Amino acid sequence: MDLVVDPTTEKPEERAVQIEETVGNVHVDNPRMRAENVQVHYGDKHAIQNVTIDIGANEVVAFIGPSGCGKSTFLRCLNRMNDTIDICRVDGRIELDGKDIYDPSVDVVPLRARVGMVFQKPNPFPKSIYDNVAYGPRIHGLCDSKAELDEVVEQSLTKAGLWEEVKDRLDQPGTGLSGGQQQRLCIARAIAVSPEVILMDEPCSALDPIATAKIEELIHELSSQFTIVIVTHSMQQAARVSHRTAYFHLGRLVEVGPTKQIFTSPQHSLTQDYITGRFG
Amino acid sequence: MTKAMMTPQEAAQRVQQSVNKRYAAERRFQLIGKLAIATALGFLVILMSTIVSKGVPGFFQHYIQLDVTLDAELLDPRGDASVDSLFDGNPRKVLQQAVYAETGASGRKGKKEAFKLVSSGAQDRLRAMILDNPNLLGTTQRIWFAVDDDVDSFLRGYIKRETPESDRRLSDRQIGFIDELQAQGKIEYQLSDYLFSGSASRNAEMAGVKGAVVGSILTLTITLLLAFPIGVATAVYLEEFAPKNRLTEIIEVNINNLAAVPSVVFGILGLAVFIGFFGFQRSLPLVGGFVLALMTLPTIIISSRAALKAVPPSIRDAALGMGASRVQVITHHVLPLAMPGMLTGTIIGMAQALGETAPLLMIGMVAFIVDTPTSFVDPGTVLPVQIFMWADFAERMYVAKTSAAILILLTFLIVMNALAVVLRKKFERRW
Repeated sequence: MDLVVDPTTEKPEERAVQIEETVGNVHVDNPRMRAENVQVHYGDKHAIQNVTIDIGANEVVAFIGPSGCGKSTFLRCLNRMNDTIDICRVDGRIELDGKDIYDPSVDVVPLRARVGMVFQKPNPFPKSIYDNVAYGPRIHGLCDSKAELDEVVEQSLTKAGLWEEVKDRLDQPGTGLSGGQQQRLCIARAIAVSPEVILMDEPCSALDPIATAKIEELIHELSSQFTIVIVTHSMQQAARVSHRTAYFHLGRLVEVGPTKQIFTSPQHSLTQDYITGRFG
Repeated sequence: MTKAMMTPQEAAQRVQQSVNKRYAAERRFQLIGKLAIATALGFLVILMSTIVSKGVPGFFQHYIQLDVTLDAELLDPRGDASVDSLFDGNPRKVLQQAVYAETGASGRKGKKEAFKLVSSGAQDRLRAMILDNPNLLGTTQRIWFAVDDDVDSFLRGYIKRETPESDRRLSDRQIGFIDELQAQGKIEYQLSDYLFSGSASRNAEMAGVKGAVVGSILTLTITLLLAFPIGVATAVYLEEFAPKNRLTEIIEVNINNLAAVPSVVFGILGLAVFIGFFGFQRSLPLVGGFVLALMTLPTIIISSRAALKAVPPSIRDAALGMGASRVQVITHHVLPLAMPGMLTGTIIGMAQALGETAPLLMIGMVAFIVDTPTSFVDPGTVLPVQIFMWADFAERMYVAKTSAAILILLTFLIVMNALAVVLRKKFERRW
């Protein structure tokens, strides 16, 4: 039995809380991705301990938790972005449509085409808006003709709610857009390769409230087509956009449940403390 | 009992005092900085003004005007105006006639001294003229020839009239000729064409930088072709692919050390490896290029790695997140963004290589080579080595020529550095 001590409290012995098993139902009926007993080590640091969770098709799952709790790390495991970090080691099993993505036979390039990612800071390429969106289809060879590519670019930008704003200046640099537009451009870029899952790592943390509202609306619309996993620091955002919420604490998944339930009647005392603002 | 706290008035007063002290310290600090800059600028101004004031006269030299009767029989004995025929000819005689006519020199000694006023390069010039245009044969032309370097030095005032004749390189009679020609306006101070079209020469008035400039270009071409691709490839591999372990650490430390190795060491290496082991000839621009490439590589690798490091990780993440392979991330995103930095480093490295003398001395590029090299395996020299050699020569005229060559070298360096700045500004992108 592990004891987890929360460092934010004044009297650690009082707050030593058992996290043995995740509270709530981690499984769903039609999972798109399944994580089983995932462990992540950064060198000697045990960053993620024993996380098991299903991510259902066409569902928006929010990961919340205090800084450094491992939610972003876990998110990056889902499309193997952690591969680029030498000292990072991932154990356990993560499946996409029933196939282990860490299996040696799995090529990470097509995997990332199926599991797209949107980052915290908008990071459009220093290329034109068109080239930003067309990049994915181009490198994966999705389109045979220029007309087809034009079509994909328009559709992606339309889905990202950006088409009307940029259709007259597709040849201008993506970096010249406003922060919110840049982030929607990044979302358009991610959906241009028609992924199954989109991972979003605090996509609104660098944006103003109006841009944030637009992105949230967009997430809501996209959920009809894509499975979305979003990491957020804003509990209101989690409450607004997600169907299910998972609460991480010090590398462990403490509680998973329907968003409404997590925010109204959390089962675990840590979850309760976090969402009521006692720490975090 | 604790001491009573100071009143706000007291505190304000003390703050005021300490503020004054702080301001004084700041002014002192700024003053020291300004003095340092002023000193540096002062030295730069002195350096530049010396070089320019000494170098500008090097771009000019004195020419003498002669009416030359281009006697066909003497110049072209076979009558076919071919190269062979012209070399069989006797331009010396033709020139002598022109000089004697102009100066009115008589007697064996007088004629000899009169003919010495004209540069020995005049015969070659005459031959080249006729080769260019055989129609001139048989006509009389008014041609400017360079004067001998002693005459030039006299005209510039380095050889004094007051010096006793026995200690002077010009005789009284020669000075008489010069005075007369000058009075007739037949000696003029003109822009030197030998400086740009001539090569190394023992005759100061015929010496030029052409051979050295061509040698420098050939050498730097080899350096660029080798150092840029190898340097960039090394930087990309070390920065993007190599695992971080003991071995790569050692390689990294050694590259940084190599950048600080005295350049002459690279020359010794080149001598041992390329000439000693591989048996290349000495003085080849090819070998010079190899040696300078070795010397430039650390600079290029270090600046390229810095440029690669400066590419924000968010761009790599974005491309990786789209499913780009590592090579695609590098070729599509990282390299284009890092290229301005890499080019800047390369140009600065090339500028270093252009100004390098010591390693090239080691591989024999200091040899006295009159012909302009026509290929990478034609013996040649380079501009800084040419300057080094001229600075060693005794003739007074080489002082001006040396400074002129330094000005030419500086011009190349400034152009290259300006190019680096322009490239950086032009391709600098925001992200």
